[in-house]
Amino acid sequence: MKVGLFVPCYVDMLHPEVGVATLELLERFGLDVEYPQDQTCCGQPMVNTGCEKEAAATEALFVRNFEQYDYVVMPSGSCTNQVRNNMTAVEQTDAVKHVRSRTYELVEFLHDVLKVEEFPWAEFPHKVALHNNCNTLRNLRIASMTERREEFFSKPIDLLSKVRGLEIVKLSRPDECCGFGGTFSVFEEGISAKMGHDKAMDQQASGAQYVTSSDGSCLLHQEGCARRAGTDVKYIHIAQILNGARA
Amino acid sequence: MTEKASGITEPQPRGAVIRGNHPVDQSEAAGRFMAAPIHQKMHDARLWDLRQKRDAEMHIIPEWEDLRQLASDIKQHTLTHLDQYLEQFETNAKVNGIHVHWAKDGQEHNSIVLEILKKHGAKKLIKSKSMLTEECDFRHSMAENGISVIETDLGERIQQLDGEMPSHVVVPAVHKLRSDVAQVFSKTLGTDPDNDDVHYLTEQQRETTRPLILDADAGMTGCNFAVAETGTVVVCTNEGNADLSANTPPLHIVSMGIEKVIPRLDDLPVFVRMLSRSALGSPITQYTSHFRGPRKGGEMHIVLVDNGRTTRLGMEKFWTSLKCIRCGACMNTCPVFRRSGGLSYGATYAGPIGLILDPTFNKHKYRNLPFASTMNGSCTNVCPVKINIHEQIADWRKELASVGEIPFAKKAMMKAAGEILASPKLYRAGLPLANSTLRHLPRFMLYNRLNTWGRGREMPHAPRETFHQWYARNRAGKKKDVSE
Amino acid sequence: MSSRDAIFEAIRRNRPAGDFPHPVVPLFDDAPPQDLRPQFIQTLQRMGGKLSEPRNGDPFADLKDMQAQNPGKILSVVPEFQGDTSLEDNTLPADLADVEIGVVRAAFGVAETGSVCFTDRLLKINTLGYLPQHLFVLLDPAKIVFNLHNAYKQPEFREGHYAVFHTGPSATADIEGVLIRGAQGVRSLNVIFMPG
Repeated sequence: MKVGLFVPCYVDMLHPEVGVATLELLERFGLDVEYPQDQTCCGQPMVNTGCEKEAAATEALFVRNFEQYDYVVMPSGSCTNQVRNNMTAVEQTDAVKHVRSRTYELVEFLHDVLKVEEFPWAEFPHKVALHNNCNTLRNLRIASMTERREEFFSKPIDLLSKVRGLEIVKLSRPDECCGFGGTFSVFEEGISAKMGHDKAMDQQASGAQYVTSSDGSCLLHQEGCARRAGTDVKYIHIAQILNGARA
Repeated sequence: MTEKASGITEPQPRGAVIRGNHPVDQSEAAGRFMAAPIHQKMHDARLWDLRQKRDAEMHIIPEWEDLRQLASDIKQHTLTHLDQYLEQFETNAKVNGIHVHWAKDGQEHNSIVLEILKKHGAKKLIKSKSMLTEECDFRHSMAENGISVIETDLGERIQQLDGEMPSHVVVPAVHKLRSDVAQVFSKTLGTDPDNDDVHYLTEQQRETTRPLILDADAGMTGCNFAVAETGTVVVCTNEGNADLSANTPPLHIVSMGIEKVIPRLDDLPVFVRMLSRSALGSPITQYTSHFRGPRKGGEMHIVLVDNGRTTRLGMEKFWTSLKCIRCGACMNTCPVFRRSGGLSYGATYAGPIGLILDPTFNKHKYRNLPFASTMNGSCTNVCPVKINIHEQIADWRKELASVGEIPFAKKAMMKAAGEILASPKLYRAGLPLANSTLRHLPRFMLYNRLNTWGRGREMPHAPRETFHQWYARNRAGKKKDVSE
Repeated sequence: MSSRDAIFEAIRRNRPAGDFPHPVVPLFDDAPPQDLRPQFIQTLQRMGGKLSEPRNGDPFADLKDMQAQNPGKILSVVPEFQGDTSLEDNTLPADLADVEIGVVRAAFGVAETGSVCFTDRLLKINTLGYLPQHLFVLLDPAKIVFNLHNAYKQPEFREGHYAVFHTGPSATADIEGVLIRGAQGVRSLNVIFMPG
């Protein structure tokens, strides 16, 4: 199984350790993982802002980078949602359709495709609050949502429950958006930061030592808000925990 | 100050600044709302409480998700057969003795109502809450023609007396604290300005409104649902004020949007079961009233209003917004709405549903609204009629960009980002930007002269190398390029 | 072209394409409890309504207590209880403003919501449901239906010109979410189980 690794721009620049953890974790399962060096972005910033036409060339580049792989995996549900559900600016060739249907967010890839049963190397003896990115939660359906009457399920919690010592703590508003929202975080800075501060306070109140998520973008924003608000909760990507990080 | 005073002195933040057809600046008004922390906190807590009560009701009803699907299907069926059901409704209403009128827009609605009032020599009108009459700017229009209009819903009455629009479709004064209401009532109703006890304020409104109800020449209500097969108008309230308005004076006028019709009585419980559960988390409104004809000695009129609805019906991506039953659940759950207040939207409809309805009235004036969202999708999933609100918000952004209704700077920024992100060389060459405090931020955050990221957030620490560089060092043998 | 014609023309022109069938709405009443009273009472009380139970064999004991505490007119439109004022041919809706207590029979009740249904025929004058300060409602416990789907099967919605569900008294929470009973209409709604 040939897997193409996509590393979102903000992970590449700000949290390379998340990219490394994702790569190493996938390699632990004996997969042939490659990182195409010419990758840039999934096109989401433009599409998110309504500028679909401006995203077409970026989308085309994404497809050229990844069309030869059986699966495309990325440590971001938000980018996965862009590729799978919104990558419509580029002409829908067979290659585009192939890439769109074979793109997975890391947790769902581990849970649904690899069906991983255990992470013997993983131990994380801390209280952890989970944050699901809104695209990952409500568009990729990585977990049940409180808005709907449905049976509880959570792919990230399924995986985290296989990590020794890890204790999940509950937030008072588990599904509430943290206010990142892609370009929203810049264009609507005031509300975005307010939402992030409220989220950080909820996380602090939950008794969590760490917050984890399969989306680095939310974590980046939340950590920025938490440091400004002066809380001492730490932020770590789920790939790092599953890859055996201890702290 | 009396012992009844809450002691709160924080002034109420006002809504968006309206300057003619100039685009409304929602974030500016939201900023002022957030700068009033007591108001903002109460607003957020109150609406979140409604959302939680809604969730609790949902869990009581095993068929909840079936009801949502049925509601959506019934509405879509009706909207695609709207001519047929409106004709049936009109026929049956007329058989029951109701006068039926048709208005293309708000102005025509107002002049039809005025004509009816004049014919009866009616000068004093009492009414219950109706978002449609807000669309029509009804009260101003009547005032210009010497008709006195009294809102009878408490929240709407507060807003009328304060000269503000409703900030929420179900709880119109939810952005106000009791101290704000005490001020408004003391100035307009002559109540004790130092007494902001909620029981006192509510009782004062009851006592001052009742004589106006008894003395009114005509009553007006909105319409939550209209049943085609029986010609019935259904109105839902908690105060009983619609029934007082309709049943006390001899003349009852109903303002009704043409999208309110549903085919049969059997369809009605699907909506009634979800309306108040979604809105307030109560199993049903205290009053659910069914008007099928004038009462003995009275007269009943229905004004059916288009006001942009038929145009919306023809919008491929947006026509399903006509399914909306105005429950406000999307507002209650919206994290942006809860933090910015309904008046920050500067439009008849606020919150998520407003973001997709308001631009259908005026793309230029409301062009910023679809951007007042993180598109988190909570609204879509609480919506009892399954409107894909967050997807329509995304589609409105595309629509506005395609007709040039996004600010030039934003468009230019996205064009530049699109060009750089489509070229690995340009992209890598631009990283990192030396000697800039912004050098560590993703490109799309950089195209901005101001450090908007850092205003409310700490900057992330810069790593020693990018993942790209790490990979080149550690997995050199696996290097994979595609030509540009 | 009249506005009516213009609207219909626009609807036909803009009608979305596609097949959108009219769904059949189930009654969702597969397993109703035998006795619907407990659920009815529970929901009624939750919505601020009261169940008025007989004391010393008198079904109207609460009503009489209230009368003693709140002197004023009692208008009854049911044969089971005699009020102290009555409707005349020329009584206007607004004339009921000074009624303290209204007594009326409900057509039926709804267990799901704790609602009682009135019609113009039962109310005689519709404002009887709203202008009195307090309302006493006679309800035949055999006439409680399970849910709103069953409720809308009742003939009341196809007869007469007015039918209404009352669920507890008039209420508002428009100021800071503080719940107040007795906003514009009745301050209390009291249900007496009485076959009829």
